[in-house]
Amino acid sequence: MGIVSPGFQGRPRTQEPALPPGQYLTEDFPVLSAGPTPRVSLDTWEFVISAENGSEHRWSWQELMALPQETPMVDIHCVTRWSKLGTTWQGVSLDTLLADVDTGAHFALAHSYGGYTTNLPLDDLRGGRAWVVHTFDGAPLPAEHGGPARMLVPHLYFWKSAKWVRGLRLKTMDEPGFWETAGYHDYGDPWREQRYQGD
Amino acid sequence: MTEMSYLDGNMLDGPMHELFTVDLSTAMGRCENCGMTGSMASLHVYSHAPGLVGRCPSCEAVMVRLVRGPDRAWLDMRGTTYLQVPMPMEQTFPGPL
Repeated sequence: MGIVSPGFQGRPRTQEPALPPGQYLTEDFPVLSAGPTPRVSLDTWEFVISAENGSEHRWSWQELMALPQETPMVDIHCVTRWSKLGTTWQGVSLDTLLADVDTGAHFALAHSYGGYTTNLPLDDLRGGRAWVVHTFDGAPLPAEHGGPARMLVPHLYFWKSAKWVRGLRLKTMDEPGFWETAGYHDYGDPWREQRYQGD
Repeated sequence: MTEMSYLDGNMLDGPMHELFTVDLSTAMGRCENCGMTGSMASLHVYSHAPGLVGRCPSCEAVMVRLVRGPDRAWLDMRGTTYLQVPMPMEQTFPGPL
């Protein structure tokens, strides 16, 4: 019999300390989708930020690639309870994309090729916390994971990181998106386990 | 590359029975977007998602969304103009009061 009996090992560790509550660690990269995968040609791809005053800022694929690139390494947390740690991406910071946008809006509605939408406070897209990414793990982002380009907002549940992103509509009033109008939380902080409305 | 696939609308029967007694597999629905009317069993249901998303087999518009939380469910059918549900023949006299 060992010196330390099983009764003296303290509380069992049910989850990794790096994980938000209710999440489990996965090594693979599950594909979630609410519809058919859009196939977007780089020749016609564009990203548009529409301000609340009607002005638009527009980038083609070549123009996006010419902007300063960043390589965030972040943990991602899906509301379906999987988390993936240390993912590596490449893309353009929303700070860069919003730099010349004159706006007093407090909210953004990200919209995607294929019709998906998700809403975020504009402040959450600033401060080095959000990107439009086109590369995952050193390779072009596959279509099933949101390529050519998707949002990356890793401090919120991953449904906020819109796949196949096409643009942002800046708004003075919050407008809930695809999952937010179907019971999911308006903000979605994984560390506060804000999965559903009222959480 | 993995193509996302979908199930047919029959898979909605179980989850919807938590909310209603209607047998969806025999119901017809009209797509609000394209106007096509067809069996709800023919919907394309995407289930690898935070909820179930039923799309019109003709135009792929969302007709049904069903989110199941641990103690609550949300059903959004704004993409469905109507449901046509088979009913038993209306009782004639002497029917129940």
